[in-house]
Amino acid sequence: MAFKHETPLLDQLESGPWPSFVSDLKRQATHRKENPDNVEYQIDTDCVEDILGVVELSYKEREVHWKHGGIVGVFGYGGGVIGRYCDQPEKFPGVAHFHTMRVNQPNGKYYTTEYLRKICDLWDFRGSGMMNMHGSTGDIIFLGTRTEQLEEIFYEMTHKLDQDLGGSGSNLRTPSCCLGESRCEWSCYNTQELCYQLTHEYQDELHRPAFPYKFKFKFDGCPNGCVASIARADMSFIGTWRDNIRIDQEAVKAYIGGEFPPNGGAHAGRDWGPFDIQKEVIDRCPTQCMWMEGDQLKINDKECNRCMHCINVMPRALRPGEDKGLSILVGAKAPILDGAQMSSMLVPFMKVEEPYDDIKEVIENIWDWWMEEGKNRERLGELIKRQGFQKLLDMTGLKALAQHVQEPRHNPYIFWKEEEVPGGFSQDITDFRKRHQR
Amino acid sequence: MAFVSSGYNPDKPMEDRITDIGNHHYGEFLPPVIKNNFGKWQWHEILEPGVLMHKSETGDEVYTVRVGGMRLMSVEFAREICEIADKHCDGYVRFTTRNNIEFMVDSKDKVEPLKQDLMSRKMEGGSYKFPIGGTGAGLTNIIHTQGWIHCHTPATDASGTVKVVMDELFDEFQQMKLPAQLRISMACCLNMCGAVHCSDIAILGYHRKPPMVDDEWLDNLCEIPLAIAACPTAAIKPKKKEIVSERTGEKKDVKSVEINVDKCMYCGNCYTMCPSLPLTNAEGDGIVIMAGGKVSNRISAPKFSKVVVAFIPNETPRWPTLAKTIRQIVEAYEKNAHKYERLGEWAERIGWEKFFEVTGLEFSHHLIDDFRDPAYYTWRQTTNFKFTEGMNDYAAIKAE
Repeated sequence: MAFKHETPLLDQLESGPWPSFVSDLKRQATHRKENPDNVEYQIDTDCVEDILGVVELSYKEREVHWKHGGIVGVFGYGGGVIGRYCDQPEKFPGVAHFHTMRVNQPNGKYYTTEYLRKICDLWDFRGSGMMNMHGSTGDIIFLGTRTEQLEEIFYEMTHKLDQDLGGSGSNLRTPSCCLGESRCEWSCYNTQELCYQLTHEYQDELHRPAFPYKFKFKFDGCPNGCVASIARADMSFIGTWRDNIRIDQEAVKAYIGGEFPPNGGAHAGRDWGPFDIQKEVIDRCPTQCMWMEGDQLKINDKECNRCMHCINVMPRALRPGEDKGLSILVGAKAPILDGAQMSSMLVPFMKVEEPYDDIKEVIENIWDWWMEEGKNRERLGELIKRQGFQKLLDMTGLKALAQHVQEPRHNPYIFWKEEEVPGGFSQDITDFRKRHQR
Repeated sequence: MAFVSSGYNPDKPMEDRITDIGNHHYGEFLPPVIKNNFGKWQWHEILEPGVLMHKSETGDEVYTVRVGGMRLMSVEFAREICEIADKHCDGYVRFTTRNNIEFMVDSKDKVEPLKQDLMSRKMEGGSYKFPIGGTGAGLTNIIHTQGWIHCHTPATDASGTVKVVMDELFDEFQQMKLPAQLRISMACCLNMCGAVHCSDIAILGYHRKPPMVDDEWLDNLCEIPLAIAACPTAAIKPKKKEIVSERTGEKKDVKSVEINVDKCMYCGNCYTMCPSLPLTNAEGDGIVIMAGGKVSNRISAPKFSKVVVAFIPNETPRWPTLAKTIRQIVEAYEKNAHKYERLGEWAERIGWEKFFEVTGLEFSHHLIDDFRDPAYYTWRQTTNFKFTEGMNDYAAIKAE
């Protein structure tokens, strides 16, 4: 099919085995042109052709052609819509106004086709038909519509799809989680339910920006960290357990005997030789807390730090314990501004029990502090660095633990609290001079 | 194109307004085999690349076929996903955090027809629509950001760089012959809306020129104190300037800012606060490669990725240097790392000096950290090092 704009550079991204987004854009452009279902398109029919055109121009010039933001949104919300305008509107009128909408995804990203089709129909009708499944934070992203469609989309979404927008700007960003107990034997709590409940508990914080900057919750079911909460969430909720790893000694024997493939078959593409439990599990244990006694695998669970390696290698023989819960770590962020940070341990262990009052207490204590003290565009991790970890403990009402640190401080520059020093900080110089001449 | 109302009345925005309803409960969307075995899964096995079997305490099994997805997706493509899910999976489908698509069936005999259907579907341009893979000790999908398709701050494209790297490493996606899983991530600027800073390999768009100052407009479009405060290195200061107006041709005094180019590290944070400080530039913009990060706590703690290639230009449309360089890193890792060793664990075991020797990447001054206090902790405070070529005596290390 012939389109509005020649795309000789983008065309070169149609070859090769990996699914080509260029082919897909052309497919959507063709679909809109042919319009087999006679849809009364609410934005320019040829907008996808103009996307191809503007991206081709970027490929040619190697510079972006989208303008800086723009304040648009739906009434009463401060987030969920991101303004976007093209800086070459005469050449590409179909994308002159091309705003993004974030749609709060179902937790765990399972869909019925019935629901997914409704999403597609709405977006085909009132937007470009191009979307992200999913954006980095987790939302379904609608890419490109005009300002006058925003309220219409929101109205249809809330009235017909029973569906709300996600977060953007200085608010709670759409929380996301791993698939948790729905299809993983390692998940130490129901990540989807906690994510869902907190999403609903904090709708006001999600839609109406009142924070110093963005704030992210992410929920990982175990220390493997499939949603990378430790790297990218202001509050990372990571499943763990506090009793013993469950061992099926018969299955251990089956691994040793080569009946079960190690690591769930993850290494099957290459001949690594026969499975060696000593070399592959026991010697690789970071705490050296495992050994064999005859054909029995022994674990000194008091020394275990629950890194998951042995469980990952022998999923049919080893399982997390039964006294499960989560750890809360805080402060992760990408490099802007003061360099990247990972989340730091705050609550080593907490049970996960509805209505999650303990979890909400930690969250709200942190928000109270950050909203009071955080500077404009200061992430939680940066506030903790600026005011100190001790301040975080004070504000969350928690005791200092050796688990909070990798190692004790390298310097003796301790900020003592005045009440910790007998007699406080004030000293009498006259009295001092009675004992020490000038 | 006639306007069709949704029912929304712009004169009465609060009429029948529904807000704060959040997302759907995930329970509405779970396939029966998932719902029935929720929290009861006992173990799993990867039967072949891209195909997983999970076994429940109840005896039930669920078979998952994972395919590489495009994060940027049309509704027509999504409708095709629905068609496949209706045909094979009783109308259920899921997406992964890494933009893969997972089709699940409740018995083994349904796997083969599903696989054949998926692999038979090709795009008009010839690429696969639903390539199966992305499991175990192999490469899974690259998570990425928007790039030139929709963002205002990118230093490179996202969908395009991902496409060429996945084309280059397609065999690693379809196989499981690496020492451990390999996670590649892509972010098109330092904002990293896809957090790539803890990935085995990160492709990062990066600017290399300080922002331009749109003097005539700046005071109208920006809050000058906010733009100044946005700079992490204090490179921006307020400046009154006399300019010739672009609009009237007359001289006039404006309130603007001045950039200290020696202090600027081109992060673009000022541009986020002030649209009159753009910094995109064809020659300046390009890609940084980082390596050796991870988020899993397995064996060793999560790690940040380290900068291993300071700059690769935007060689549109297929970024050959980027693709070749990543292949080079992956090949060295595949050949030299121990079983279970992530890329960063391997680099740390052999030492980063050896990493550069083994991968053949060039080490340059750009790779020595000079950003604030943490930089010191990355310098070598021990006599323990390994000799590599071209550094084994004083004469050899004198700069030319």
